[in-house]
Amino acid sequence: MALDQSFIGREYPPLTYTVGREKIREFAEAIGDTNPVHHDPAAARAAGYHDVVAPPTFAAIVNLRAMNVITGDPELGLDFSRVVHGDQTFVHHRPIQAGDELVTVAHVDNIMARAGNDFLSVRAEITTADGEPVSTLRATLVARGTAAAAAEQEAGA
Amino acid sequence: MSELTGPSVDTAQRVNVGDELPPLRVQLTRADLVRYAGASLDFNPIHWNERFAREVGLPNVIAHGMLTMALGGRLVTDWAGPGSVLEYGVRFTRPVVVPDDEQGALVELTGKVTAVGEDGTARVTITARFDGQTVLGKAVATVRLP
Repeated sequence: MALDQSFIGREYPPLTYTVGREKIREFAEAIGDTNPVHHDPAAARAAGYHDVVAPPTFAAIVNLRAMNVITGDPELGLDFSRVVHGDQTFVHHRPIQAGDELVTVAHVDNIMARAGNDFLSVRAEITTADGEPVSTLRATLVARGTAAAAAEQEAGA
Repeated sequence: MSELTGPSVDTAQRVNVGDELPPLRVQLTRADLVRYAGASLDFNPIHWNERFAREVGLPNVIAHGMLTMALGGRLVTDWAGPGSVLEYGVRFTRPVVVPDDEQGALVELTGKVTAVGEDGTARVTITARFDGQTVLGKAVATVRLP
């Protein structure tokens, strides 16, 4: 089924996330990043941060629940078994650090069908509880073949 | 493990367009994918279940695109320092197929400075290669130079 165009511009309710020191360490370890600023609070403080610093793509974890709300929204009708991650961009207004209390608001920026695939452009604005901008994430999710299947149905195939 | 907390680049004055970043070579094994799945909470079975991966038309288990993207981030922060990345984007163009053996898949990452701003920032274009082909497209990071 083609995706419902009326979802363009939709904003989802805010979700909170508390950044844990051990989660940053675990993530840094999983990507093989041994820089002490990701692991050792003293090293992070010596470098001018209040606690261990998240690697640049850590924000995807903060964003995860918000993305799951969109991809799992039954009204949107995304067939997640056909979804691939097309692109991903992070804009960091400041580095994420352990102890940050973050709020994520997800948006559907665009929906389009091209060459039989559905393209869903999503954006997440991550801020502090006070509204200070922290990170902006943009991604394109591609549902392979779903628009073509809808066109075939419409054509009576 | 590196003992350095600082970046490997010293000052903005020393960075020029065309500079190459120290390359990064990473062997990704199935164990690495499982570890990344746990750390990132991305439990899509295409990253750990060979039967499922083949059922959905993949040649085998593939690495998380976000893991390859994270390695590109590491290439950049190893050079410019943790916390230096202002913007980082990629397109996921080809999968990194990870066999069930000790060697896994070799991902080779290189980067080149493509612009230096007067505001103390630099743009880096990243290339990630697996099996002779690039796996990320339009992989570009903007960093604040130390």
